[in-house]
Amino acid sequence: MQIIKYILKRILQAIPLLIIVSLISFFIIRLSPVDPLAELRLNPSVSQETLQKETERLGLDKPIIVQYAKWAKSFLKGDLGITSNGERVSTKLKERIPNTLLLTTIVILLTWLVGVPLGIAAALHWKSPLDRLLTVLTSIGMAIPSFFFAVLLLIFAVKTGWFPIGGLTSSDFLEKSLLGQILDIAHHLILPVTVLFTLSLAGLQRQMRANLLDVLDSDYVKFARAKGLSEFDVVYKHALRNAINPMITLLGFEFAGLLSGAALTEYVFQYPGLGRLILEAVMRSDINLVMASLMMGAIMLILGNLIADILLIITDPRIRRSDV
Amino acid sequence: MFKEVMKKLWDDKFARISLIVLGLIYFALFFADFIAPYTKDFSDRTMAYVPPSKIFIIDENNHLSRPYTYNYVRGFDEENLRITYSLDRSQKHYIKFLAKGQPYKFLGIIPMKRHLITTDRGGRLFLLGTDINGRDVFSRILFGGRISMTIGFLALFVLFPIGLLYGGISGYFGGITDTVMMRFAEAVMSIPSFYLLIILASILPSGMTSVQRFMLIVVILALIGWAGFARVVRGMVLSVKTREFVQAAKSIGASRLRIIVKHILPQTTSFVIVAMTLSVPSYILSESGLSFLGLGIQQPDASWGNMLKEAQEFTNIIYRPWLLTPGFLIFIAVLAFNVIGDTIRDVLDPKSRTN
Repeated sequence: MQIIKYILKRILQAIPLLIIVSLISFFIIRLSPVDPLAELRLNPSVSQETLQKETERLGLDKPIIVQYAKWAKSFLKGDLGITSNGERVSTKLKERIPNTLLLTTIVILLTWLVGVPLGIAAALHWKSPLDRLLTVLTSIGMAIPSFFFAVLLLIFAVKTGWFPIGGLTSSDFLEKSLLGQILDIAHHLILPVTVLFTLSLAGLQRQMRANLLDVLDSDYVKFARAKGLSEFDVVYKHALRNAINPMITLLGFEFAGLLSGAALTEYVFQYPGLGRLILEAVMRSDINLVMASLMMGAIMLILGNLIADILLIITDPRIRRSDV
Repeated sequence: MFKEVMKKLWDDKFARISLIVLGLIYFALFFADFIAPYTKDFSDRTMAYVPPSKIFIIDENNHLSRPYTYNYVRGFDEENLRITYSLDRSQKHYIKFLAKGQPYKFLGIIPMKRHLITTDRGGRLFLLGTDINGRDVFSRILFGGRISMTIGFLALFVLFPIGLLYGGISGYFGGITDTVMMRFAEAVMSIPSFYLLIILASILPSGMTSVQRFMLIVVILALIGWAGFARVVRGMVLSVKTREFVQAAKSIGASRLRIIVKHILPQTTSFVIVAMTLSVPSYILSESGLSFLGLGIQQPDASWGNMLKEAQEFTNIIYRPWLLTPGFLIFIAVLAFNVIGDTIRDVLDPKSRTN
């Protein structure tokens, strides 16, 4: 019951945040000297009627505050307007967001599966050759520009022919069986996942190592050792549980970093995700699409943090008692 | 304290190598006009995508000779429909050191003609090949590095005062001021930073001079990072403001701004130094990513990011791998900054063991 109350409180806190985000984005975009309907006007397949409707919907002839109110109203109704190609923004987003979520979820799962054990190993063998090797490897992983790494992998894919170059599905995707489709998507995901995995693994491994080192230094671990517990029990029953908790807070940040990092990776691999969508929208100065994708990015980020917080109150009983 | 940090850095093997590498890079960038065989604006349209010049020190009779190079001549491969380049072995061009070449202004002031390395008139020396416009990649790397390696620092110098003051005011005043200011900072942090970056860059008007554009990119980079920094500063201010020396300053009637700037913010110095060294590389990466997309530094100016723009066409890269050099340089520079940042953190903050 208390947990539900806490979650509700957090959701309520997110609302003013989203309003400020929308205000910031709206004013940044309206600051630009670009005519938001320029592309639409030039497109011969867009009828005069649609144009008129868009001008009215955006309230372009009215002051900016009224424009914002109009935008906010239709946003709440779920009407995000149309793109400069005349497609509905909401359809476009529905098509792209799952792809980005798929990519980031896989990357987060993988980094946790690999990064946490590596962090533990490095902390338990502090200052050993293994620890040093991992430090060197993570430094290298942190220093490669994501787009450069993506380009290198793309060249690798072209030269060897082992991986498809770009996209999420092959051209004969629809003719495949369900298993074939899953394998096809997995095949396309390998390279983008590799790039983002390398990028975020380093930070996670280092944080895990630092946390565990701190915990191993604390009094209760010394006490557990003093009373003669086996090393295994000390590390895995006592130390680890406490070292993991700060990592969960980090999950939200990791998600934020991935959304940003994914944009360049998606662009190089021509992956149909939210990051590439917003990039294309920006280049075409497609205002509706930019605004909607910005909001979606912010909502995803806030949700990611919310999920991390909820996970934290489940794993850490101290927060349940004090904060709720 | 500075001396002690430098000594610790020098004692650490990796940090020492990083310092030397960065020193060499900045030295080369400072003397770019002199080291580069060609000037910033040089381009030879007939020499697009020429591979790196081959330098010979053993001549055709197997004798040791002064280093020389051959020019490339363009040909056309009818079978594969590709332009090819082959060495024109009819004429040797000797490589000359400290000889007169294209005139330039050293550091923009002193007119000079001598270049560290060049070749005789009529010869072309492309140490790292050329790009699509027949510009020397080696020279452009030097000039582009000036932008890529300074933009991060400049952004930090814009960002840190803002973050410090914002966090300082928010933490010290508390109450409703704090709530409003922090909600705003959190909202900025809730927009995925790269999304915000490309949108801000895309609304820049197109008719700007390269200096204006450079300064605005600096401001944009700073706008992305201040919020997170301000939040941390606020946290530190909250813990400092109840200390006795703050009470003392208050009781002698110091103004609130004076207390924040003179008494509270100096307490955060070591954190600021660590945060600064650790965030330089991320700004170098942001700038290169932005320029890679064509939203940052624009042609004809060079930056390591926009030189890699040509790498977007992977067919380009498979036949012309020398165009990838700026990417390796970004990697080396960022790695060196990271190693130094980690070492400084260990020295200033022995409790944190993230590295």
